Amino acid sequence: MSQRLSGIPISPGIAIGPAWWLQTPTVATRHSDVPLNPETERARLEAAREQAKRELAAILADQQHALPPESLAILEAQQLMLDDPDLLQHVTAAIDAGQSASDAWRNATDAIAAQLSALPDPYFQARAADVRDIQQRVLRCLGGVAEEAVYPTTPHVLLADDLVPSQTVTLPLDRILGIALVGGGLTSHAAILARARGLPAVAGLGRALHTIAPETLVILDGDRGEVIVNPDEATLVEAQARQAAWHAAQKAAAATAAEPGQLADGTRIEIAANIGSAADARAAVQAGAEGVGLLRTEFLYLDRVTPPSTEEQFAIYQEIFTLLEGRPVVVRTFDIGGDKPAPYLSLPPEANPFLGVRAIRLARQQPALLDTQLDALLRTGYPALRIMFPMVATIAEIHWLRERVDAAIARLTSQGLTPPPGLQIGMMVEIPAAALLAEHFAAVVDFFSIGTNDLAQYTLAADRTNPAVAALADALHPAVLRLIQHVVSAAHPAGRWVGVCGELAGDPVAAPILVGLGIDELSMAPAAIPAVKAVLRQWTRDAAEHLAQEALRQESAEAVRQLVQAMMPHR
Amino acid sequence: MPSVVLQLRNKAGLHARPAAQFVQTAARFQSQITVRSLTRQSAPVNAKAILSVLTLGAEQGHEIEVTAEGTDAAEALEALRHLIEDVLPQEDAE
Repeated sequence: MSQRLSGIPISPGIAIGPAWWLQTPTVATRHSDVPLNPETERARLEAAREQAKRELAAILADQQHALPPESLAILEAQQLMLDDPDLLQHVTAAIDAGQSASDAWRNATDAIAAQLSALPDPYFQARAADVRDIQQRVLRCLGGVAEEAVYPTTPHVLLADDLVPSQTVTLPLDRILGIALVGGGLTSHAAILARARGLPAVAGLGRALHTIAPETLVILDGDRGEVIVNPDEATLVEAQARQAAWHAAQKAAAATAAEPGQLADGTRIEIAANIGSAADARAAVQAGAEGVGLLRTEFLYLDRVTPPSTEEQFAIYQEIFTLLEGRPVVVRTFDIGGDKPAPYLSLPPEANPFLGVRAIRLARQQPALLDTQLDALLRTGYPALRIMFPMVATIAEIHWLRERVDAAIARLTSQGLTPPPGLQIGMMVEIPAAALLAEHFAAVVDFFSIGTNDLAQYTLAADRTNPAVAALADALHPAVLRLIQHVVSAAHPAGRWVGVCGELAGDPVAAPILVGLGIDELSMAPAAIPAVKAVLRQWTRDAAEHLAQEALRQESAEAVRQLVQAMMPHR
Repeated sequence: MPSVVLQLRNKAGLHARPAAQFVQTAARFQSQITVRSLTRQSAPVNAKAILSVLTLGAEQGHEIEVTAEGTDAAEALEALRHLIEDVLPQEDAE
């Protein structure tokens, strides 16, 4: 008798195979009848906590490049949990009242996990699993004996209550076809892991999942969010056909990820990554990025009491550039300022920081900040360095910025150093005024990169950090697309290239439109690269141009989205 | 005691990495710092304790009140305000 369970689809794809229940191993601890010495118990706990911290640090160091950033964030949060002063106070108080280190730790962490599970938001509920994970780790370090986790020896669909972070490291992923969970949600650790590894997964299936006996044939449908138990022949055949199609699409995307970005007719489109750290740079190269279209540098400036020195910046740029192995890199000068931030800026508060003193506006007030950054960048001598200025609104600004660059080059050469041979100077286009006057800017800069998030926000007068109006700032709005088209039509005759580095570039729906508008480079989160490359390979330049022309004629962002669906080539 | 009321505008609220950033920022200061959720009307908890901060269940749109007492209270509140109002929403936006 077949049975259908529905849950939340958390990772796409179809898995078909026998069920395997993952027993989350729990650590058994012995109870002692002998009166305990609180001092000894406190020392034992301290040692166990230190060991647990070392273990987490080792996992983090090992997995730095293997795990997605969200998983690393969870492991880092777990390190902080082990040092939580409130938790330690509770545990110590319980030990002083006569409990063993193990009991005190178990009880205190149980209480916190229960509190987290009771919160309405699934985000927070998912953290209960993280707490149970450190609970078990410390209990094991306290000398508890862990049950040996038993894994299948042949491929199975994994069923579990939820997955905890440490299981990321031990799960035999080659033998797991898909993951079905009683609890969890889109933001659970299991979801992050499944998406990162391309495993189909469904969460929130509820207690009914427990009725599935081991080795029962199941279909796990990560697209629809279903688990079908004991499927009938027709259902099975249909699922197998969809699975085959999914595998084929996956294979095609993986194959094209390493290849250069191009359209179906061979037209080259540079696919680059947006990054903000050395770790991102590694991820970008792995994901098949042909360059970096946006290196954000704000991280160098925030949360500190003095601005970063030339030497400090130089070292960080060097580290990142080395990882890029000669690929072009567009570095955006600092986009900070406004209401804020760092105390050393000593800026007055503003009513509208998005319309206030930020980015190059701050640089004009405090030129030394910019000069330091330019000196550090130029000193790297990186051959494919491109420097990009954010928030340019007027021609006077871009002339002033070019003068600062010329002065920085003069300082460099006076020290006997040579500037980067392929140096290009460009500007970000996020202010409608800059888009509309692009032909004048094209005479001064080497390239443009369109920041679609801010361009949409300024075009539609909608603060994208305000949830009440954020949806209005849709970068697929035809008004935004027309501004993009205007920039391209001004840039190309002058021999300038145009990139897009906003979220729009990594949206598989938007990518063909942008290419059809004549965009030369798309820069996106590294994870989006394979999918965008795969989508672009389905479009010819003619088809994309036709699509873009139609999109420009639409009246709303919704209409543009429908248009892309309707015009999608052969699917 | 100096305090500041802040609205969480970033997507995740005070969860995972944002909670860690909040606690790490608070821990840089000598002052005793507490945080409570005005939205959930919870009792104040230690802002340097990540589990206590997580149990606030502070989501996007929620208002929190941060209170600091000590010699560097003003700097602490400014640093936390900066994190909540500027850094976290900015990280979302990018």
